[in-house]
Amino acid sequence: MSLILILEQVLNGLQFGVMLFLMAAGLTLVFGVMGLINLAHGALYMVGAFAAAAVAGWTGSFVLALIASLAAAAAAGALVEVTVIRRLYDRDHLDQVLATFALILIFSEGTRWLFGSFPLFLDVPDYLSGPVTLPGGIQYPLYRLAIIVIGLMVGAGLFWLIARTRIGVQIRAGEADREMIAALGVDISKLYTLVFALGAALAGLAGALVGAIQSVQVGMGEPVLILAFVVIVIGGIGSIKGALVGALLVGLTDTLGGVFLPRLFALLMEPAAAASLGASLASMLIYILMAAVLLVRPSGLFGGSA
Amino acid sequence: MGREKFFNAGMLLALLAVPLMAWQMDDPFVITLATKVAILALAGVGLNIALGLGGLVSLGHAAFFGIGGYAMGILAAHAQNYEPLFTWPFLFEGSNQMPLIWLVAVLASAAAALVIGALSLRTSGVYFIMITLAFGQMLYYFAISWSAYGGEDGLSIWVRNEMPGLNTLDPIQFFGVTFVILCLALWFAARLAQSAFGLALSAARQSQERVETVGLTPFKLRLMAFVISGAITGLAGALFADLNRFVSPTMLSWHTSGEIMIFVILGGVGRLYGPLVGAAVYILLEHLLGGISEYWQIFLGLLLLGMVLFARGGLIGALLGREVAHD
Repeated sequence: MSLILILEQVLNGLQFGVMLFLMAAGLTLVFGVMGLINLAHGALYMVGAFAAAAVAGWTGSFVLALIASLAAAAAAGALVEVTVIRRLYDRDHLDQVLATFALILIFSEGTRWLFGSFPLFLDVPDYLSGPVTLPGGIQYPLYRLAIIVIGLMVGAGLFWLIARTRIGVQIRAGEADREMIAALGVDISKLYTLVFALGAALAGLAGALVGAIQSVQVGMGEPVLILAFVVIVIGGIGSIKGALVGALLVGLTDTLGGVFLPRLFALLMEPAAAASLGASLASMLIYILMAAVLLVRPSGLFGGSA
Repeated sequence: MGREKFFNAGMLLALLAVPLMAWQMDDPFVITLATKVAILALAGVGLNIALGLGGLVSLGHAAFFGIGGYAMGILAAHAQNYEPLFTWPFLFEGSNQMPLIWLVAVLASAAAALVIGALSLRTSGVYFIMITLAFGQMLYYFAISWSAYGGEDGLSIWVRNEMPGLNTLDPIQFFGVTFVILCLALWFAARLAQSAFGLALSAARQSQERVETVGLTPFKLRLMAFVISGAITGLAGALFADLNRFVSPTMLSWHTSGEIMIFVILGGVGRLYGPLVGAAVYILLEHLLGGISEYWQIFLGLLLLGMVLFARGGLIGALLGREVAHD
């Protein structure tokens, strides 16, 4: 019984970690290639979720909704890159923080203005709802399993894109030496727009996938954004591999800590105090993890120099 | 320089004159707005020591603002409920005396800044931004799940805390308290920037190697600046909680960090009076645009964006030219 519970929670942690990876991959790519810290990444997550909810409402198709989330977030990302972000690449981090914070205000209030303050709901389609029985007799929601599979597939595709394609070569070259690749005749500004739109599309997809489990509302991207920051700080900024490892670490730590810390404390003290102390500590666990990683490796597990 | 000094004195006089006029015309709402400007400017003065002088882009100053707020909330809640805060080594029943609350707020936020700073300052650049942000969020989630002090709902205090010799329930007297503290903090920040410590800190921002070469340790200078900065912002937090007679996790959220940073930037980074100008403009915008549209933050966002892209010296820079106050 308790083994099944543990396995279930490990799967939940994995699902959370995979979603975090989709967010963190875009952030770390944008930072690695363009040297930009983008606080508005969570806004693109929100754009994806709202686009999916709106399209699912009109057409009833979940697949179309996912495609819409990718397209809308990529389009919003490209638009923002061309109009604003492009001017920030050779600015200092303070300017980048402020400008992207301003973008959050514009995106959040703009979405509130368009869709209202009440949350929207995106339903899991019939063919993905209900539980599925895994080997070992574990009952697990099919939709969450599908999220893990989709996330891992997208992750594998991303690794393939970076390691094996011409665009990937350009992206890696851009990380290593921006001036050189421009000198070699690659249209660097087009590459930047592409990378930014790619990161945005991944965030939008994550927003749509999570939107079907939670509700779709203004500000939904911000908690995830901050967790994605924790992920790339742990993994090392600029490293896709680091983002994957960091995302799974954070996803598992947060989920397992939230479930098992209160139970652990319940062995030592009375239930009410254990629940409250356990919950408080569990909410801080990933930050403690981050602090521990930084004490040992200030530039993250897979990071080069900051 | 002369023009900036003149402008600064004018700003301070305006902040004093507006509530005094409102007091004559019996308009307590305007006094409250001015009090809010003074308190938020104080928070900005705190951040400006780390950001402007030290070049430390902290996106986690809401942590100190919130710790100051909770210091007030916890002390006052115990005092109003007659539940002792602790009984050992001596009986302490909380307090509703402002000076004691301020002391606790300053010490608690300075201690938090020492720990957060010691960990975060091991890194620099974009890592530092993200880590301060993450530590701020850690405290935010801790406050939400800490049910003993209201959790997500926060803590309400029924009566504003007391200041010996004053009636703090009278808006103009409470404004006076915050105004005097703001003036003291501005004076302190000006002295700090001119002191040997401030000059060394400023030098560490401009060229770390040179400062190391003359035998100073940039890490220590920055940590000291971060602690002072956190303590001032914490004091502002205690006053802000007293103004609203309410403290909640919102004070710790990263939007608050962003807003404090906006005060500093709107006015102009590194300008002594930048936070005052920024906070005043922010509150005015909130009040004026908020009356026109529920979605006023869109306009705030556009203004901020335009400021960052086209007017990098902030409002004071745009008005007075590009020289920076502490050079």
